[in-house]
Amino acid sequence: MNLHDVYLLSPELSLAGLAALLLMLDLVVQRKRLLSILSIICLIVPAGFVVALWLDLGRDNVPQMTGLFDTLVVDRFSLFFKALFLGIVGLVLMASIDYAAKFQRFQTEYCALVILSAVGMMLLASTQELISIYIALELTALPLAALAAFLRESRSSEAGMKFLILSAISSAVLLYGMVLIFGFTGSTFLKEIASELQRLPLSGDIPFGSYALLLGIVLMIAGFGFKISAVPFQMWVPDVYEGAPTPITAYLSVASKAAGFAVILRVFYTAFPASIISVDWGAVFAVLSALSMTIGNLVAIAQNNIKRMLAYSTIAHAGYIMVGLAAIAARSPQEETFGPAGILFYLGAYAATNLTAFFAVIAISNWTGSDAINDFAGMSRRSPFLAFALAFAMISLIGLPPAAGFIAKVYIFGAAVNSNLVWLAIVGVINSVVSAYYYLRVVRVMYLSPRLSEEPISISPSIKLAVAISGAAVAFFGIFPLPLLRFAEEAASILPLVAIAPR
Amino acid sequence: MFSGWLTTVVFLPLVGALLIALFIRRDRDVRNFAATVSVVEFVLTIIVFSLYDKSQPGVQLIDKFENWIPVASFRVEYFLGVDGLSAPLVLLTGLLGMCAVFASWNIKLRVKEYFVWLLVLQTAVTGVFASLDFILFFIFWELELIPMYLLISIWGSGRKEYSAMKFLIFTVSGSAFMLVGILVLFFSTGTFNIVELPQAIDKARLLLPAGAIFALLFIAFAIKLPVWPVHTWLPDAHTDAPTAVSIMLAGVLLKMGSYGMIRMSVTMFPRLTTEFSWLLAALAVVNVLYGAAITLRQSDLKRLIAYSSISHMGYVLLGISSVGAGVGAISPVGLTGASLQMFTHGTITGLLFLLVGLVYDKTHTRYIPDLGGLAARMPIIASVFVLAGLASLGLPSLSGFVSELMVFLGTFPVWGWATALAAFGIVITAGYILWMLQRTFLGPSRERFAHVGDASLIEALPAAALVISIVVIGIYPAFLTDVFGAGVNAILSSRF
Repeated sequence: MNLHDVYLLSPELSLAGLAALLLMLDLVVQRKRLLSILSIICLIVPAGFVVALWLDLGRDNVPQMTGLFDTLVVDRFSLFFKALFLGIVGLVLMASIDYAAKFQRFQTEYCALVILSAVGMMLLASTQELISIYIALELTALPLAALAAFLRESRSSEAGMKFLILSAISSAVLLYGMVLIFGFTGSTFLKEIASELQRLPLSGDIPFGSYALLLGIVLMIAGFGFKISAVPFQMWVPDVYEGAPTPITAYLSVASKAAGFAVILRVFYTAFPASIISVDWGAVFAVLSALSMTIGNLVAIAQNNIKRMLAYSTIAHAGYIMVGLAAIAARSPQEETFGPAGILFYLGAYAATNLTAFFAVIAISNWTGSDAINDFAGMSRRSPFLAFALAFAMISLIGLPPAAGFIAKVYIFGAAVNSNLVWLAIVGVINSVVSAYYYLRVVRVMYLSPRLSEEPISISPSIKLAVAISGAAVAFFGIFPLPLLRFAEEAASILPLVAIAPR
Repeated sequence: MFSGWLTTVVFLPLVGALLIALFIRRDRDVRNFAATVSVVEFVLTIIVFSLYDKSQPGVQLIDKFENWIPVASFRVEYFLGVDGLSAPLVLLTGLLGMCAVFASWNIKLRVKEYFVWLLVLQTAVTGVFASLDFILFFIFWELELIPMYLLISIWGSGRKEYSAMKFLIFTVSGSAFMLVGILVLFFSTGTFNIVELPQAIDKARLLLPAGAIFALLFIAFAIKLPVWPVHTWLPDAHTDAPTAVSIMLAGVLLKMGSYGMIRMSVTMFPRLTTEFSWLLAALAVVNVLYGAAITLRQSDLKRLIAYSSISHMGYVLLGISSVGAGVGAISPVGLTGASLQMFTHGTITGLLFLLVGLVYDKTHTRYIPDLGGLAARMPIIASVFVLAGLASLGLPSLSGFVSELMVFLGTFPVWGWATALAAFGIVITAGYILWMLQRTFLGPSRERFAHVGDASLIEALPAAALVISIVVIGIYPAFLTDVFGAGVNAILSSRF
């Protein structure tokens, strides 16, 4: 490990260092709020490293830099996700400042765990070797399990336990898939797997070219499917989302999902780009996508708890995002990154949208003490700002203009149409119609139902700022999507290059 | 190119709405400000209409900003412009938008929010008529949903939440298919530009059969128009909506459907429209007769007008079906009549809803058997109501006559039987309109309405504006038909 490796790893290292620093300061500093604020401010350091690496890539005009015995790769794709994770962590920590009063003594541990899990996610986005991927995945999941159980009440403990056990099972499944791939190709490096697969004889009659690959890839999809909460690996989602502290639910729903998609894109585009295989895994994702959208949306209709509703909505959105994974069979090479670019844009827009929704829910339920949708009645009069933010987030989740969710949906369905998957686009838009019903229910309750109490809701500046920032992002990327779109396209453009480049 | 007129016209109500939301607190100020905005907006639409030069071909008053989303995979432009087809509709939106604001003078509940949403709605509808980029068009098309949903469900009456949700689900379902159609068109041709698309479609290899794309788009427009059998949202939404929203809904929102049909379906797929024009004619006849027959049975004033809308929008569809004459043989009369019918139906039905709203305000009932003898109590409302009714049934010298006559003249050579059947609708219309007028305004005056007053000045103002437009078009239709004709001729000469 030389200095260049350290530089490449600097965002992760500085972030891990921040976590350690927080834990140490916790011993001496009494005012825990200060530490929370400090942790947010210190995020500038890893963010600075991310920017520096991005500029370096541009200056040297290289698609990627590799290090740490070739396991680590820094390219625009990984930097996109690192920036996204840092943004999410910052906002989640900001929204947690007041919420964290519920676990007074452990506020700093809470921040440190969130940050540590982000380190795992960032690593996940920039490794190109199966074992490193596995380790990064565990580093992501373990702090999240602890965080889910942080409230120390029965529901929260249940959430933590469920997350831990199911996460372990899915990791085992994933590992089994990885072993099969390793056994078949003799390598754990994604690029070597790809070049081995070029060499090995694959049969056109068998799905994925060989039964070992079939089993290996399907098991890997199952393992990753858990992380992105795709049907049929979604069983854990509602209970964990409901039981976990709400900021952690928000964090899970956007960051953990984004990390899952990052690693799926990396693995499948780098290791299995061969046309004979990619057509098959594209088809698998198309089916999973249709299932996730449909089941997520249909079950969400029946929910009365807003956290559970958003949990099912997140399953549905995993379905929408997987449309981008299915859309690999582009009609021309320069359009090949359309699907991945759609995923990246969607993840960005979805992160902003879902964080807005969850932050508004945090602020409201902190005051009312209830997550039941009916208890949001008349919120438009008790807190016009929060009600409007939550309503706007719902509009974005439906995919109506002028919110970012609209552009995201149009773009990702466009990728499907471009890949001759019109049927999937139609399933998608019909699902949007279904989702309008339950998302608007929240709007209806807030704006139409008589309020349960006259008392206005007072919110602290920190959560107000968090709602304002994420809500403004939803509006901005809905009206001026160009910056994020360019960012996503540049990041995604790296993917097929990597696959084609000879090693 | 950026002339700025259309951008101003489209976004002025939105800016007004934002200013109200952020800065104005007192209800009285909100009302006055909204009224000012809507009057200025109306004046601006008049200017836009008069700036449109019908002797020049093509779209005019272009506001184009190409670098909005200039990525290759998703090239959306900010592109506004009007041609002969859309310029009068922009004017119509300005006129009815103003009437809607004045018709809302008596709103007492959550006044500020109400006017905010009403103005946002106006921006959305104006944007639909002015957009020449398909995604931009779609954005405005969808933007109208949330304001409508809230306006009906908060300020409506009766089963308002049910009706609002029904309206929303129907419209969203339609636009969902439209979105897929738009995307398929883009990836076949590489452009969202509505001006370039027709030619591009002819040249491109389409990803789906043209018939499928046509159907995807047509469903959305048919729901909006509304065409039988997807019309069921309309009576509910109309009946339960507040007066001003009914005016906007009947006056301009339905026109989004028929405008879309002419602008997209007819212009982009001329051959398919010709081929399926028999279906359009058949559906039009069903709309006209079925709508009229059901109207005859209504005992709620507002529901009656709502069903009559279905019947009258059938004439628009009938006019569109006149393209069935085939390439080279189409006379522009049918399509021009259809376009004019959009305008006249907008003003006439807008006026009728306005008056129904006034009657309801005064008497607190819309149930026809309960009404009667009102002419003595409210002479102004009654006489205007009679005038609107006569315009609706197509009395010569009022605007409804001109447009319906043109539709019949244009379509008769092509679909003779259908036209003959549809013309029968006029007879039924005369029946329900006159019967309704008789039951509501004539007969002995009733004791319980002894203290009912007539329209106040502020209430009479929008009615007066609409009456003027109805009479003017009835006497001198050329000032609209020339413009519509220019738009229609451009489509026919370039596409058929």
